Amino acid sequence: MSNEIEAIKDPGLPAHVHRKADTDPVAEKRAERQVAILFLISALGTLLFIFAYYFIADDVFVFLPVMGNTNAHQLLLGLGLAIALFFIGAAAIHWAKTLMPDEEVIAMRHTMRSDDEDRENFVATVKERSAAAGLGRRSLIKRSMGLSLGLIGLSPLVLLRDLGPLPKDDLTKTSWMAGTRLVTDPGDRPIRPEDLEIGAVAQVLPKLRPDQKRTLNDIGKDAVLLIRIRPEEFQLSAERLSWTYDGIIAFSKICSHMGCAVALYEQTTKHLLCPCHQSTFDVPRAAKVIFGPAARPLPQLAITVDAEGYLIAQKPFNEPVGPSFWERSS
Amino acid sequence: MTARERVAGTVANYVDERTGAAKWAKKNLTKVFPDHWSFLLGEVALYSFIILLLSGTFLTFWFDPSQREVLYEGSYEPLNGLHMSAAYASTLHISFEVRGGLLMRQIHHWAALIFMAAIVVHLMRVYFTGAFRKPREFNWIIGVGLLTLGIVEGFLGYSLPDDLLSGTGIRIAEAIIQALPVVGTYIAFFAFGGAFPGEAFIPRIFTVHVLLLPGIFLALITVHLMLVWYQKHTQWPGPGRTEKNVVGYPLMPAYMAKAGGFFFIVFGVTAFLGAVASINPIWLYGPYNPGQISAGSQPDWYMGWLDGLVRMAPPLELHLLGHTIPLNILIPGLIVPGILFTGLALYPFIESWITGDKREHHLLDRPRNVPNRTALGVMSLTFMLVALLNGGNDIIATTFHLGINQIMWFSRIAIFVLPPIAFVVTKRICLSLQRADRELVLHGRETGRLLMLPHGEFVEVHEPISPELAWKLTAHEQAPALALEDVDARGVRRAGGLKNKLRKRISAANAESIAKPTANDLKEIEHH
Repeated sequence: MSNEIEAIKDPGLPAHVHRKADTDPVAEKRAERQVAILFLISALGTLLFIFAYYFIADDVFVFLPVMGNTNAHQLLLGLGLAIALFFIGAAAIHWAKTLMPDEEVIAMRHTMRSDDEDRENFVATVKERSAAAGLGRRSLIKRSMGLSLGLIGLSPLVLLRDLGPLPKDDLTKTSWMAGTRLVTDPGDRPIRPEDLEIGAVAQVLPKLRPDQKRTLNDIGKDAVLLIRIRPEEFQLSAERLSWTYDGIIAFSKICSHMGCAVALYEQTTKHLLCPCHQSTFDVPRAAKVIFGPAARPLPQLAITVDAEGYLIAQKPFNEPVGPSFWERSS
Repeated sequence: MTARERVAGTVANYVDERTGAAKWAKKNLTKVFPDHWSFLLGEVALYSFIILLLSGTFLTFWFDPSQREVLYEGSYEPLNGLHMSAAYASTLHISFEVRGGLLMRQIHHWAALIFMAAIVVHLMRVYFTGAFRKPREFNWIIGVGLLTLGIVEGFLGYSLPDDLLSGTGIRIAEAIIQALPVVGTYIAFFAFGGAFPGEAFIPRIFTVHVLLLPGIFLALITVHLMLVWYQKHTQWPGPGRTEKNVVGYPLMPAYMAKAGGFFFIVFGVTAFLGAVASINPIWLYGPYNPGQISAGSQPDWYMGWLDGLVRMAPPLELHLLGHTIPLNILIPGLIVPGILFTGLALYPFIESWITGDKREHHLLDRPRNVPNRTALGVMSLTFMLVALLNGGNDIIATTFHLGINQIMWFSRIAIFVLPPIAFVVTKRICLSLQRADRELVLHGRETGRLLMLPHGEFVEVHEPISPELAWKLTAHEQAPALALEDVDARGVRRAGGLKNKLRKRISAANAESIAKPTANDLKEIEHH
C-alpha cells in the first residue's frame, strides 16, 4: 500500500431520474390540468379584488375569529390581490417543476483574470495614450486642472449653506422669562398652586403674548412638567428649594438624553421615566438621574406665584434644555 | 412556417438588425444557474424592492410631504378638528378615504420589513458559506452598502407620516447628529432648517426617500446582479461539481419560470400580510408634538439593535474646556455601529489575509468546515441579538412582568459575556459535526438493525453511504496553518514581527479541524 494520501473520488454527476410526467402521458395531462387550475384560481382572485373595490363599501365591518372586528372592504381587496398574485407564481413554478425540462447541465467557468497578452496590451495602450496626451510632462496643466476640479467640488457645499440658519442661541434660549405665567397644555389656562393636588402632575407651557402663535419648535423647548409632592419630601439644596413653591417643582419635559418627552411619572416612587431609553429621574432630588443612559438631570425651572396667585417663572432656565451639544458648557 | 412564427421572426429580425441582440441572447438564454433554496434569499430582497417601488409610487399620488399645519376634517372621527401637519393628514386620507390606500400602505411597510429581513438572511447565507471570497469581494461590499442604505431608507420611510411615534424617532436622530463634536449643532441646523422640528425635514426626507436613495439602490442592485451574472453563481459542493464548472438549470425556460413565479409568490405573500396584518396604525398615535409621547416607543426591527445599544449605554458625558461630548450617545449611536459595519465590509480581506488564500472560489463552504468563520458569525449575531432584545426591554418588561432595570443590567453584562461564549460553543459544535461527518463516511449509516453474532454479541449493522454523499462530505479543502517564519533565510528578524505573530496565531486557530477521511482510510477499514 502506498503512503500517498488519496482523496475520496468524485463519482461525477448522478444519472438523471425522469419525473412521472416525463414518461407517463396521463401524469403529464394531470400536471397540465393542475397548472391551468392554479392560473384560474388567480383569475378568480382578481375578480374578487375588482368586486371588493366597487361593491363593498369601506365602512362595512365583519367580526372574524382571531382578527376581531375587521374592515371587509380592505380585507377582501387585499385577499383578492394576494390570491391573484400568489397563484400566478404557484402555477408558473408548478409548470416548471412538472413539465419543463429538468435535466441538470454543466457549463464551464472562466477565470476572471484576463490573459497575459491582453493585460500587457492594456498596460502598453494606457502608457502610450497618456504619453500622447502628455499627462506626465505637462505639469502646469496637471496642477491647474487639479486646482480647478478641487475648487468646483466646493460649489455644492457652498450651495448647501442656505439649508438652515446658524444655531446662534437657539438651543440655549427658551420662551421662559422672569414673570412668565405657566398655562395648562392643552387649554392655555393660567394655573394656581391649589389646582394641583399632592401627587398630581401637569404639563404646562409659557403664556404667550396675544400676538404670538405657538409653534412645535416652541413646545420642543418650552414644555415643562409640574409635579406636586409634600414639601418635606424634597431633598434639595437651599437654592433649589427656593425654586419650588409649596411642594410644586417644575422640570423641563424634554429629556436631557435625546430630547424625548419625559412623560411617565410614577406617583409612589416619585420617579420620572423617559419611555424612549428608560432614563429615570428622581423628582425629590431635583431630577437626579438614578438609572439609564441620561447623564444630566432634567433642568429645573424656578417658579413662584404672582400677586394674583398664579404660578409664574422666577427666571429663565439657567441651562439649555434637551440633549447635549458641543457648545454646551455644563 | 406558421403565421405566428412569421410575425415573431419579423420582430426578432427588426430588433436584431438594430441591436445585434441575437448573439447575446443565444448565449444567455441557456446560461446555467445552480439551484438551492438558500439562493432564493437574495431574490426575495430583489422582489421586495420591486414591490416597494410599485406600492411606493401609488402612495406618492396622495401623500402630501409638507409640515404645513392643517385642520383635519376627514372621516376618522377621533382626530376630527385637530391641527396637524399636511403629511399626517394626507396619510390619514390614504388610510381611510382612498380605496386600497390602506392596503397599499400596509403592503409597502410589510415589503420594507421583508426587504430588510431578506437582505440580512441573504448576507448570513453569503457569509456562512464563504460566497464572499475572491472574486466576489466587490459584490460583498455592494451588499453591505445596500444593507446600510436599507436601514436609512426604512427609517426615513416610516418617519414620513409625521405621527407621534415617528416624530419621536426623528427627534432621536436629531439628537445623534447634534451630539457630534464641533460640527454637530451646525449639521443639525442645516439638516432641519433650524431648530428641531422646524418645517423642513418632511419635504427633505421625502426627496431623499423617493428619489435619491431609490436611485442609488437601483444603480447598486444593477451592478450587484450584473456581477452575479458575469461571475456566474457559486454552487454547493457535490458530485460532478468543481471549481471550474457550474452545474444547474438553463435560464430558459425552467429557471425563468421559477424565478418569475417566485416574484409573484413573494408579492402574493406580502399582499396577504397587507390584507390581514395591521402595521403602523398611525391614526392611533396622533400627530407629532414634541411635548408628547406614547409609552412603548419602538423603532422598526432593523433599527431595534441600535436603539438597544443606546438604551444600555452608561450615563457618560465629557465636559472639557466649556464643551460637551455626550459619549452616552456617540459610542452606541455612531462609534459601535461604525466599527461593526466597517468590520463587516472588510471581512473578505481580513479572512484572505489570515488564510493567505488568493485563489478564486466558486464552491461554497459547508459552515461546519470553517469553524472559526462560523463561530465569528454566530458571535456577531449574538451581539446583535442582545442589542435587539434590549431595544424591546420595555415591551419585554411589561409582557413578562419583569423589572426594566434587571433587563437593562442583564443586557449590559450579556453584550460582553454572551458573544465570546457563543464563539466557543459554535466552534466546538462545528468540530463535532466534522467528527460526525468523518464517522459517517468511514463507518456508514446506522441502520437500526441489530444482529446477534454466533457467540452472542450484538452488533448494529452499518450501511455504507453512497459515493455521492461520501464525496460531498469530503470535497472540502483542509488547509494547514500558514508557515510564517519569524526570521528570513539569512537569519534576520522580519519587520512587523507582532503582526506576523498575530497572523500566525489566528491562522493556527483557523486550521484546527478533524481530519477528513481519505480513500486510504476507507481501504484500511475494508481490510479489517
